[in-house]
Amino acid sequence: MAVEQTPAQAGAQSRIHNIGYRSYDGQRLGRAYARRSLYSQSLRGAYGLGRSVKSKVLPMVLVAVMCAPAAIMVAVTVATTAKELPVEYTNYAIVMQAVIGLYVASQAPQAVSRDLRFKTVPLYFSRPIETADYVRAKFAALASALFLITAVPLVVLYVGALLAKLDFTDQTKGFLQGLVSVALLSLLFAGIGLVISAVTPRRGFGIAAVIAVLTISYGAVSTLQAIADAQGSGSAVPWIGLFSPITLIDGVQTAFLGATSAYPGGVGPSTGEGVIFLLAVLGLIAGCYGLLMRRYRKVGL
Amino acid sequence: MWITRRRLFDLRGTPTGPYDWRWMPRQLFGLTTGVVCATTVEDVTVIATESLSKRFPRVTALDRLSMDIGPGVTGLVGANGAGKSTLIKILLGLSPATEGRAKVLGLDVATEGGAIRERVGYMPEHDCLPPDVSATEFVVHMARMSGLPPAAARERTADTLRHVGLYEERYRPIGGYSTGMKQRVKLAQALVHDPQLVFLDEPTNGLDPVGRDEMLGLIRRIHTDFGISVLVTSHLLGELERTCDHVVVVDGGKLLRSSSTTDFTQNTAVLAIEVTDTDDHPDGTRAVREALHARGVDTHDGSGLPGAGHVLLLTAQGEDTYDLVRDTVADLGLGLVRMEQRRHHISEVFTDSDEQQSTAHHSAGKEAVGHGG
Repeated sequence: MAVEQTPAQAGAQSRIHNIGYRSYDGQRLGRAYARRSLYSQSLRGAYGLGRSVKSKVLPMVLVAVMCAPAAIMVAVTVATTAKELPVEYTNYAIVMQAVIGLYVASQAPQAVSRDLRFKTVPLYFSRPIETADYVRAKFAALASALFLITAVPLVVLYVGALLAKLDFTDQTKGFLQGLVSVALLSLLFAGIGLVISAVTPRRGFGIAAVIAVLTISYGAVSTLQAIADAQGSGSAVPWIGLFSPITLIDGVQTAFLGATSAYPGGVGPSTGEGVIFLLAVLGLIAGCYGLLMRRYRKVGL
Repeated sequence: MWITRRRLFDLRGTPTGPYDWRWMPRQLFGLTTGVVCATTVEDVTVIATESLSKRFPRVTALDRLSMDIGPGVTGLVGANGAGKSTLIKILLGLSPATEGRAKVLGLDVATEGGAIRERVGYMPEHDCLPPDVSATEFVVHMARMSGLPPAAARERTADTLRHVGLYEERYRPIGGYSTGMKQRVKLAQALVHDPQLVFLDEPTNGLDPVGRDEMLGLIRRIHTDFGISVLVTSHLLGELERTCDHVVVVDGGKLLRSSSTTDFTQNTAVLAIEVTDTDDHPDGTRAVREALHARGVDTHDGSGLPGAGHVLLLTAQGEDTYDLVRDTVADLGLGLVRMEQRRHHISEVFTDSDEQQSTAHHSAGKEAVGHGG
């Protein structure tokens, strides 16, 4: 109930308006709502929304960098009335992997390291949510953010392709295949990024570690693949692809989503071999989730 | 609730040797309040633990802790490592107890942790605020994490921040706040969802004397004005004496004592006397002591206590003692500056509990005066 206090009672600072304490009798929406709130806050945070202007710069620049080539390709296709887009939907993310890597490296630590560093985690766990809710909300938020940044350029390509009056069935099929591929990629990259970032409360360290894991593994794998290809042992090329996140995704989409392999020699895994690639991707995603759960069970209060 | 009766009588009904004489009035008082409490506490026990134990591979953090805490402001006292934080973790349902049971607001901590955390607020001891968001944004987010719908979260945040004393600065990033302001934000996030009970872990840590006073006033208001029960930990007994209705002393994971603050600080039968000096008696205190001694009254100079040397302590045997002192001082021609019943301070009782066994062999008379002061 609102009780008006006299200025003398209320003290010097609060003389403008000081109504008495009002208790809250309204709805309490519980655990699922809290998890959704954490998800939406983290998703917004991944684009710097609700944070300082400074933290908006990098995510927005990366979104622009992701979309610009798509827009240019569309413009070229429309202008030259080409018969097809210069790049396959499934290949776009592979081409732009450095940008995606940079985005994961910058936003995964933002999502989890800050809570660890500023010890906000105990405040979350003193509320109705459980460890699993926190991990799921953060995982889903970063994966959604990654999906948005990788899917929006595909949408630009698709809309452009339709404007250029390219074959609707072909384009729709390719577009949907591309979406499935980036969905898998988003889950995998989000998992890897979060696991690495959750280990350290230091944001800079997290950024460096994520970049290192993504680029070094890709560098090593593609070098080995190139050597294997040059040495004539082409059959080893797909198997080497199992050892870096982006080549894993490449393998899966070559086997199942009709993509042209970006491996040296252009030979990706067959459908049979692809099953192993798919299992590896799903296993990695599940493994990352498990590691995060383990990590946060220890953090607690 | 379970155990209530047993505890109350247990705690107040077992005086030991040298304390007996002094325990009498207090024991009676204790029993009286005990009966009153037992009827009210049974309905509204806020926290109840029964043989609560928590053992880690190398340490026993809590050792068969049984207590009942009613509504109001309760102080939880203990040295570092006494098991305070472990207790709070268990009460929030975040860490399972090794054995024993605990209930918070009538909910079992082992099975209904989520429901407890919806009704309880927690203010940690350490820093927990991200520096790059404003207090408003942060507290709104925390309100939503407690299940408040967006509109209600914003409204409650504005209210709560004002109640803890944050005004225009609440729109600025927390990174630029003083320690006092940060403590207020921490308190606000614990209160924003209007809990029935808050756990405040060392809320006055790092505050200057003024900030400390304000924080203590605020804690008092949480109960009196907001109607929220408080469990506040501290190692500064003076603070608890001023703010708490009830004090629980924990040491080495064991319950050392649980009493109402008035029990701790009630009047004792010990009188403190202060007199002036005159030309005839350059040391008035000494003169009075000798005169009283001649009339068969034992005194103590209060050594080891504040104001020692200028204060004379003696045990009042009844109304006569007051007259005797007055007459003795008047006969000597001295001025009687002060004659009052000494009150206990929690710290003295705390020390008493520690030393209870070790000092048991001391002579009753000396014990009486020494501890009474």
